[in-house]
Amino acid sequence: MTRYDLIIVGAGPSGLSAAIEAAKKGLSVIVFDENEKPGGQLFKQIHKFFGSKEHRAKVRGFVIGRQLLDEADEAGVKVVLNATVIGLYQDKEVVVKIGEEVRHYKGNAVVIATGAAENMVTFPGWTLPGVIGAGAAQTMMNLHGVLPGKKVLMLGSGNVGLVVSFQLEQCGCEVVALVDAAPRVGGYGVHAAKVARTGVPFYLSHTIVKAEGEEYVTGVTIAEVDGSFKFIPGTEKHFDVDTICLAVGLSPMSQLLKMAGCKMEDNPKRGGQVPICDEHGRTSIPGILVAGDVSGIEEASSAMIEGRMAGLVAAEYLGYMEKEELDTALVSLDSALDGLRQGMFAPKNRGKLVEKTEEGIDISKSLLKNGYVSDDEIERYPGVTHKKGVHPVIECTQNIPCNPCQDACKKGCISIGDNITSLPIVVDGSECINCGMCVANCSGQAIFLVDEDCGDGTATVTLPYEFLPLPEVGTKGKGLGRDGKVVCDAEVVEVKSLKAFDKTNLLTMRVPKEYAMKARFFKAV
Amino acid sequence: MESTRIKEHPILGEQEKGELVTFMFDGKEVTGYAGEPIAAALKASGLMVHRYTAKEHKPRGIFCAIGRCTDCVMVVDGVPNVRTCITPLKAGMDVKTQYGVSDKPFE
Repeated sequence: MTRYDLIIVGAGPSGLSAAIEAAKKGLSVIVFDENEKPGGQLFKQIHKFFGSKEHRAKVRGFVIGRQLLDEADEAGVKVVLNATVIGLYQDKEVVVKIGEEVRHYKGNAVVIATGAAENMVTFPGWTLPGVIGAGAAQTMMNLHGVLPGKKVLMLGSGNVGLVVSFQLEQCGCEVVALVDAAPRVGGYGVHAAKVARTGVPFYLSHTIVKAEGEEYVTGVTIAEVDGSFKFIPGTEKHFDVDTICLAVGLSPMSQLLKMAGCKMEDNPKRGGQVPICDEHGRTSIPGILVAGDVSGIEEASSAMIEGRMAGLVAAEYLGYMEKEELDTALVSLDSALDGLRQGMFAPKNRGKLVEKTEEGIDISKSLLKNGYVSDDEIERYPGVTHKKGVHPVIECTQNIPCNPCQDACKKGCISIGDNITSLPIVVDGSECINCGMCVANCSGQAIFLVDEDCGDGTATVTLPYEFLPLPEVGTKGKGLGRDGKVVCDAEVVEVKSLKAFDKTNLLTMRVPKEYAMKARFFKAV
Repeated sequence: MESTRIKEHPILGEQEKGELVTFMFDGKEVTGYAGEPIAAALKASGLMVHRYTAKEHKPRGIFCAIGRCTDCVMVVDGVPNVRTCITPLKAGMDVKTQYGVSDKPFE
């Protein structure tokens, strides 16, 4: 039996963060992970993260993953891969299966950072090849470079369903529909809007009747459901698809904690069976700590903070740091975590219908029902203003913890203020220099640079564009509305791909001026 | 069969792959990249069905792609129940559709 100060189960964002902090305090640390590579799900996340600077906002998930691995290396963290922890017993005995061998370890403290597993739903045909989890789609396209399918139907409108739909489109798949049995889009409106404007139709209050095919999926039928989730006859819709992607939530993988005898609870707000723990990850058993999704489904950003907390708490528990030092460190981590837990999507608001923003503005009903803010609703948000010349139009309409746009504009055109969830406003009297940094830095791809009247009957709209092929200047096509439908002719007049934009290309299209506030995507014809 | 590999990705660029190797799938030569999961190589070649269930003889393929669900198991080099989504491909591997727990098709 080998003994370590700290044994960590899971080398994802929270486990690695815990390992880094503990190793920096001088603890001997070992991390076990059942996968072939460390990093958990971070390397499948190719979108820019939300939050503020301290949460590494506007950095793409896989880049954060690389940074975390480097940091762990520097701190001297030992990560054992292909190592499945199969038991957690009395006195923190950890049993690990490595290859065909079963080995015993003992930790003076243990951090369980096993994350979560995808939920599933069943329907006739759900076992057919071609019905896959959203995580499987991400794994195939973003890790292995293989298309999950050509024509895909996505079930689930939470952030995973929305983000993965966009990623499917980015690698060249056609997403034929985004379907959810709930009456409202579950994820961030900005994630929904960037999918909707590419032309993906949303079917809320709909779910899958059956997957079709003998050997593999060849089609799918969906139908509308009533308030008690019963199918409404006559509302069936058929799609030819080769892939059905399920994004119906995550459940904490908390089995080891239960096995160890930690007090557990069934808490839907935290995602299911979770350990009862304090705000810094201490479970009912002294020295067994938790961090990340295993103690409640949230984001990778919050998992990393929780991991750092658990690593420090373990260090103090084992006498590697003073209580006062820990308390000071926890104050700043608490505040960072608190920042991420604000706004209408905060864990405390899960399941609640929020009808007004913190500013008292009505939430877009169309956004919740169709995935996009309608033309007649968009004007009521403070980021949407009008002036002569090029200026930012910020279509950020829900209170989410995110503020990179405020830092992106060096001219002070955009302000969120100290409250990270406030809707961004365009500052009166500020001067936009058309640099494009706000467009590229908005993790929600919700900012456009618009010149509403170029003086010749046309307007220009600059939009974020993360697809291939990148249209060249002079390409003629169509301007699509927020709903993804063709609204006008459009011509690409400028394409910028600066390094500072981090792969978000800025595409400027010229449209008839009456479509300046309507056209939000470009499609070559 | 048409390949479904992503040639260039707008964010990830061109993905680094191992050496292009051949392996056998049910007695036919198929190519894939060494080190990628067997399931990825099969998927890229358009092969969807990994196995048929023991009782009802229903087809199964990739489902979770991270080694949890065991839907994608096949007979690899004579060993049944190999999770192809997390088993790295090697040159010359003998991969077979699994029927129940064997590589012999049902009568």
